[in-house]
Amino acid sequence: MNQEPLPTPAKAPSSAAGAAFAASAAVVSRRRFRHFKDKLAAVLIAIGGLGVIAAILTIFLYLIYEVMPLFRGAHITAHSRFELQTQEPGEVLHLALEERLEVGMRLGSDGQMVYFSTDDGAEVGRISLPVPQGQVISSFALDTDVSGIFALGLSGGQVLLAQYGYDESFGPDNARVVSPSISYPFGEAPFELFSGAAVTHLSVRSSRNELMLAGSSAGGDVSLLRAERETSLLSSFGGGGAQWETELATLNGLVASVDQLHLDVNRRWLFAVGASGRVSVVDIQPAFSNGTPVVAQELLLVDAPARLTEVSFLLGGLSLLAGDSAGTIAQWFLVRQDGGFTLEKVRDFDARSRVVALTSEQRRKNFVMANEEGYIGIYNSTAHREVAYAQLASGAPRAIAMAARGDGLLIEQADGSYVMYDVLNHHPEVSWEALWSEVWYENYQEPEHIWQSSAANNDFEPKYSLAPLAFGTLKAAFYGMILAAPLAVCGAIFTGYFMAPRMRQNVKPLIELMGALPTVVLGFLAGLWLAPFLENNLLGIFSMLLLVPLGILLAAYLWTRLPEHVRYRVPDGWEAALLIPVILFSVLLAFLLASPMEQMFFGGDMRVWITNDLGIPYDQRNAMVVGLAMGFAVIPTIFSIAEDAIFTVPKQLTYGSLALGATPWQTLSRVVLATASPGIFSALMIGMGRAVGETMIVLMATGNTPIMDINIFEGMRTLAANIAVEVPESEVDSTHYRILFLAALVLFMFTFVVNTLAEIVRQRLRRKYSNL
Amino acid sequence: MNNNLQKFFASGTPWIWVNAGAVAISIIMTVGLLLLLAYNGLGHFWPKDIMLAQYAQPVSEGEPLVREIIGERVNSEVVSAERIISSGIPVSADQPYHERELVKIGNRDLQDSDYTWLLSDYMSEIRYPLHLTAFERREWGNFYGYVKEVREAGATVAVSDPAIEQDTAAWLALQPRIARALALHDEIARLEKDEIGEVNYAIERLRLQERALELRGEASPEALSAIAAERAQWDAQYAEMQTRLNALYAESERDSVVMLAMNGQETEIAVSEIVRAYQPNAMHLGNKLATYGSKLWEFLSDEPREANTEGGIFPAIFGTVVMVLLMAIFVTPFGVIAAVYLREYARQGLVTRIIRIAVNNLAGVPSIVYGVFGLGFFIYFVGAEVDQVFYPEALPAPTFGTPGLLWASLTLALLTVPVVIVSTEEGLARIPRSLREGSLALGATKFETLWRVVLPMASPAMMTGLILAVARAAGEVAPLMLVGVVKLAPTLPVDGNYPFVHLDQKIMHLGFHIYDVGFQSPNVEAARPLVFATALLLVLVIALLNFAAVAIRNRLREKYKALEN
Repeated sequence: MNQEPLPTPAKAPSSAAGAAFAASAAVVSRRRFRHFKDKLAAVLIAIGGLGVIAAILTIFLYLIYEVMPLFRGAHITAHSRFELQTQEPGEVLHLALEERLEVGMRLGSDGQMVYFSTDDGAEVGRISLPVPQGQVISSFALDTDVSGIFALGLSGGQVLLAQYGYDESFGPDNARVVSPSISYPFGEAPFELFSGAAVTHLSVRSSRNELMLAGSSAGGDVSLLRAERETSLLSSFGGGGAQWETELATLNGLVASVDQLHLDVNRRWLFAVGASGRVSVVDIQPAFSNGTPVVAQELLLVDAPARLTEVSFLLGGLSLLAGDSAGTIAQWFLVRQDGGFTLEKVRDFDARSRVVALTSEQRRKNFVMANEEGYIGIYNSTAHREVAYAQLASGAPRAIAMAARGDGLLIEQADGSYVMYDVLNHHPEVSWEALWSEVWYENYQEPEHIWQSSAANNDFEPKYSLAPLAFGTLKAAFYGMILAAPLAVCGAIFTGYFMAPRMRQNVKPLIELMGALPTVVLGFLAGLWLAPFLENNLLGIFSMLLLVPLGILLAAYLWTRLPEHVRYRVPDGWEAALLIPVILFSVLLAFLLASPMEQMFFGGDMRVWITNDLGIPYDQRNAMVVGLAMGFAVIPTIFSIAEDAIFTVPKQLTYGSLALGATPWQTLSRVVLATASPGIFSALMIGMGRAVGETMIVLMATGNTPIMDINIFEGMRTLAANIAVEVPESEVDSTHYRILFLAALVLFMFTFVVNTLAEIVRQRLRRKYSNL
Repeated sequence: MNNNLQKFFASGTPWIWVNAGAVAISIIMTVGLLLLLAYNGLGHFWPKDIMLAQYAQPVSEGEPLVREIIGERVNSEVVSAERIISSGIPVSADQPYHERELVKIGNRDLQDSDYTWLLSDYMSEIRYPLHLTAFERREWGNFYGYVKEVREAGATVAVSDPAIEQDTAAWLALQPRIARALALHDEIARLEKDEIGEVNYAIERLRLQERALELRGEASPEALSAIAAERAQWDAQYAEMQTRLNALYAESERDSVVMLAMNGQETEIAVSEIVRAYQPNAMHLGNKLATYGSKLWEFLSDEPREANTEGGIFPAIFGTVVMVLLMAIFVTPFGVIAAVYLREYARQGLVTRIIRIAVNNLAGVPSIVYGVFGLGFFIYFVGAEVDQVFYPEALPAPTFGTPGLLWASLTLALLTVPVVIVSTEEGLARIPRSLREGSLALGATKFETLWRVVLPMASPAMMTGLILAVARAAGEVAPLMLVGVVKLAPTLPVDGNYPFVHLDQKIMHLGFHIYDVGFQSPNVEAARPLVFATALLLVLVIALLNFAAVAIRNRLREKYKALEN
């Protein structure tokens, strides 16, 4: 069709050569053009084809790209190195960093609060705390960095309370100016804890209306002080002049040789730590309600010969971190056990050498440690993960401070100079352990697998265990396969080997249609129609499971007993059509029998009987509903592939077997199935892959609660449904968002591996057939 | 007998029958599901008779209160006495099972719920009075009752006595008024949607123009004043339309009708609130069929009302179609090129085998994974870049950096590209070698052979692939929930405003509609029939597409059989 016109010889001979030359030049250029077109097309098609394949690869790479940052550790870079403008005489009591990392604060034991720039140490401001004349600061306690409330124990037995902060203002060219701020939420007057004796150890916890102090004196006394805001009308409208009503209680005789005191966030427990690392857990609630405080427990926080060096609370004030001289940091919290509480060691972290400073982040369950060699470690408690460990200071640091967002670290070194680091630590909450193992979360009695990605409060411990989701995924797939595998494989066997060709022609498109039904329709029917139906007809369904196979066998037997002239009316291979009315009748019978049976054995209502008599929880949207709907969705996938494998078994094999006298069933079970079994296996694998990734059915037909329970009458939450529910709400590039991508990657990998295996098995089988 | 049974089992016949049973069960399940959908979906539009009954629910103390019930019977079920008693109704436990009936009593403005369960044993005097009337309303769902009085601007124009079945004066007077109100409603909708919509769109574009000028530093006073002048013009037009609109609203609120609901409650309903009024008990078959047809047409062609639980699903149909078409535009060329490359150009070997397996497997990757990819890559990554470069004036409001039509179709294209590749490759593989060789022998280049011989012959296979891809895309919901489908889109993605196809707009979708209305709507009972109808429509479309694909494939096979011989 693309032949070139040959040079026409009709021209005059004289010009013939020239014409031929001209024509052939045209031919050559045309040929060149065609050649060029061919080459261009080849290049374009190759680009296009490879482009599509690259696009497909992009999915995989992009998922990995989103997930990778989860497993990257913290990245620490030096920010500055400086000394303060004026040498501070006092020892450092507390060091803090403002949220934008521009200004640091140092509280010295001389009562001087210095605010300085973190670029060069230039002084930004200074506050002298009103320490009464003739007294010195003898101890210090911080409530939380978030609130900035702290207490200073004085040598005269008094305690001074204040709250530090940063005032922000904007200068003429919109430059941000930070200036020191100090306030006295509990009044400027000190509280008297001991008369005359210096406060040597102190702890403070406060809420808006209540203040609790625990202190020990140089004389060995241990006292509690509670101050409550007076709730008279006058004071609440009086502004700053709030009145505080104080109450004192003594703990003398209960605890001795106190080295550190720590109050928990609810102001119910006092942890009094002795020099040897022995802690007394004191229930102080009775102290102010006409009772006596009780020592609930006494135990050692460290294993001898190590000595306790630093104790600090984690964000939320529930977990106690105890660092020791052997280089271990242990996390402890109170666990509710048979009515009481016991302090349990939850996990420990390796700090490698003597811990000299401990501080925790203000928004996440992270903490920072410094050891005597000047190494700094950043850890996440929930994930039990060390995200950074590096030598950042020379010698043992005197104090460390972490910025509110965890993105800056300030260290006061042994020689009084400062180093400041920028910290990039976006996803400390993730570790293999946190994702897949049981984790002991705060407020839980034992380690558990929990998925709970968000909550209302700020100091919430996110629980990112993928285990319950993976479990739910497998549970849904399992119940789906219980229905689908036998039905689809048996159906494929019959259709591929026994069924009459004419019926097969009609059955195959019908099964294909079954496969094309949108899963959202299946899910909708499962959730809104099947779930209530099942709940009302449980026994009917169960008796159906029994009656339908029996009905089929009975029909088969009766059929063989029928006179031949009746049997020969229906040609071989139409048994399935004959069975349709039989099955319909069996189902009807099952439902008719269900009511009287329910009345007889289950007190009229099987669903009520299951919950009340068996004690098994029953959700309306449960695994059984999912199993039925999922089975429906998976049957066609398995059926088509398995049927293909059985149908394409070379005919000479079956004919040979039949010719040797085997019955059709023997031929099928010994020859056909033996040959086609890899194909059936790969069909089941692909079906499984489909069931694992199914989203809409599970989303609509279960309650989507992430529980780990194989109970058929309860629901589940699958990886896919979880993604569908939570991705739209998660913040872009947050840990939660990336973990959902990880879930997608897990799904992708799982189905891809399963499908590839199945595909390889299938291709092998095909080659085997073609060799036969 | 025993011997017979043994022989029967030894022959293996029962197992063959069991396998046959599996096929039969699959057939029953599929057909049963289709019938269930059809029955529930199509039945919804039938104007059911309205029942009038007396109902005396048993109480634990004293005489039961007799209530009048007016409503449509929806369905009934048998429940154990135990469960009824535990729900607080003291029926006698001697009778183990009771039948209870779900009745749609409508009138949601007068009582809390528009559905109620009644125990059949305690219903009496069931009648179907001819003059019981049903209203479909724009708000508050259906109303059932008697027409008592028709008013025009507050003055009575026609009265009927609800006690007399034959008194139809008010009903007759109502008919032209409903027609008039509907016409006015259409006019208002046209004005609001098209004309005012256009003005709003123009004003928004002016705002963006102005902002763009500012961003580029070209906001000269002349340019700004030109924009201001244009805006003033649009504003004037807007004000004029607003007055017209107000006049139309005043017009449409002229008439009202006083209705007597069950238990003697009287209420006045504005005629403009009524979408359709009928007296089903008085209708004969022809009338019912006509009403059925009109309700069905409304379902297909109208917009949803009352949080999607009533009215039509036209925006969802439209959104699905536009999205699928757009997807087809993306997926066809790329799928075909990839298949041609794999089959005709690439050197066959291990690499192509691996690619083929990978492509095959992608069809099995969960669709939600594509959704996540679409959200992360297309929307947050590509879309955000596009906004930075091309739509800086609209920021911080995202244009393409948010779920929308374009991303939905691209995600679906990615999801369905394996289907097209596999199908096209199969078609290419079936073309006999002799044809290709013939073309090459005649001097055609490879590309010419491909273009003139191979591709035309493979076109039915591509068609099959495309149809299967469209069928899959139409039924897919999970990824769409993340990349651009919403429960209620204010405007269609294609309209009369430049650039006519709004790729950045969010769309409605049939599949998502099913999920949303069935599971997120506050009144599931009322929404259920509509969801069934939507599901039926979706299944029909997909079944049709699939059968078309199968038919094309079969014809193709026949054709090549002829060629090979």
